[in-house]
Amino acid sequence: MIFAAGETVRVKNAWPEASGPVHIRTPHYVRGVVGEVVRRLGEFPNPEELAFGRPAERLPLYHVRFRKDAIWPEPKPDDELLIEIFGHWLERP
Amino acid sequence: MDKEAKRAHHDLGGASKFMCELVDTRPHGLTDFDREVDALRQMLAAKKLMSVDELRRGIEAIPEAEYHRLSYYRRWIRSITDNLLRSGVITESELRAALEAS
Amino acid sequence: MNILETDGERLLSAVRSLLDKKGIVSTAEVQERMAVTDAASPGQGARMVARAWVDPVYRASMLEDGSKAAEALGIPMRGMPPLGVLENTAEVHNLVVCTLCSCYPRAVLGYPPFWYKSAAFRARAVRDPRSLLAAEWKTVIPESVKVRVVDSTADYRWMVLPARPSGTEGWDEARLAGIVREGDMIGVTVPRA
Repeated sequence: MIFAAGETVRVKNAWPEASGPVHIRTPHYVRGVVGEVVRRLGEFPNPEELAFGRPAERLPLYHVRFRKDAIWPEPKPDDELLIEIFGHWLERP
Repeated sequence: MDKEAKRAHHDLGGASKFMCELVDTRPHGLTDFDREVDALRQMLAAKKLMSVDELRRGIEAIPEAEYHRLSYYRRWIRSITDNLLRSGVITESELRAALEAS
Repeated sequence: MNILETDGERLLSAVRSLLDKKGIVSTAEVQERMAVTDAASPGQGARMVARAWVDPVYRASMLEDGSKAAEALGIPMRGMPPLGVLENTAEVHNLVVCTLCSCYPRAVLGYPPFWYKSAAFRARAVRDPRSLLAAEWKTVIPESVKVRVVDSTADYRWMVLPARPSGTEGWDEARLAGIVREGDMIGVTVPRA
């Protein structure tokens, strides 16, 4: 769950939506995709719990960069996406 | 696309069904309704009665067809009402009575 | 009928009256909040951009801590989500979107534009930003410049610090702020002299 700037990470290929009402802030298109941690943005309460009025643990939030062609095989593979992802959604590939 | 099939309906990034839809880039003024709903949400958050996360959850719970049919702030007021009922800040019978009175 | 399916205007009116009667949220509080919210506008962001263009120390501070930089120009940020600022350069053009809802730096820029909240923008911005910008805004990003799409998924709110256009040498801050538009700070357009 704790990653350093520059580390290669993979977003977990998890689909909690399949098991009941949830509130997930990791976009579907980036699940299972490998990217690079740009920086740690801080610690914030887990929105997945806040959304249901439940006590929420503070979790590390990262800015993670992904190459365009790691997600969609569209032109301009060098283009990139930069997405805020919570640490518990990241793993080492 | 396998991931697209699994996405929640509000999770729209790259969704194929919208890739050919034009963006209406014209300026749209906010109505009084819009501004009041926005202000109400802010007051509820300030008083810790409804977080922005709860607002989002309530919007995401709107069935897909309704989600796309409702205007932005109509989604908000539906979610606000949903959350206030769930938390018991208002009750359904109070709400029905207030609606009947109007 | 599911009570949530009631027409939105009627729900708003009923909910507001209940909250007012119960002393939970008063009519006066809602009015006041509307007035405060109306005060935020793209002009606030434009002032920050203009300051960053003339003052490299301010530019660095804006990139380091957007909220603090906003406060330094008298923009109230207390209790607001943290502001992140991304700079356009000769190498990178930034485009901000919230694919999951409509997260936007409201405290600085005011209400998000209608199109920013649309399904079409939310869907297309991450997957085909270059065609989107060219088709809908006539903004063509050169092949040599990388497009970075920033999806606002969590606690930060993001705005773009656009590049200062040529032809503005010697301009004062007020004149510079005058050419910075809402779309420039989202990344769908670039400012022109």
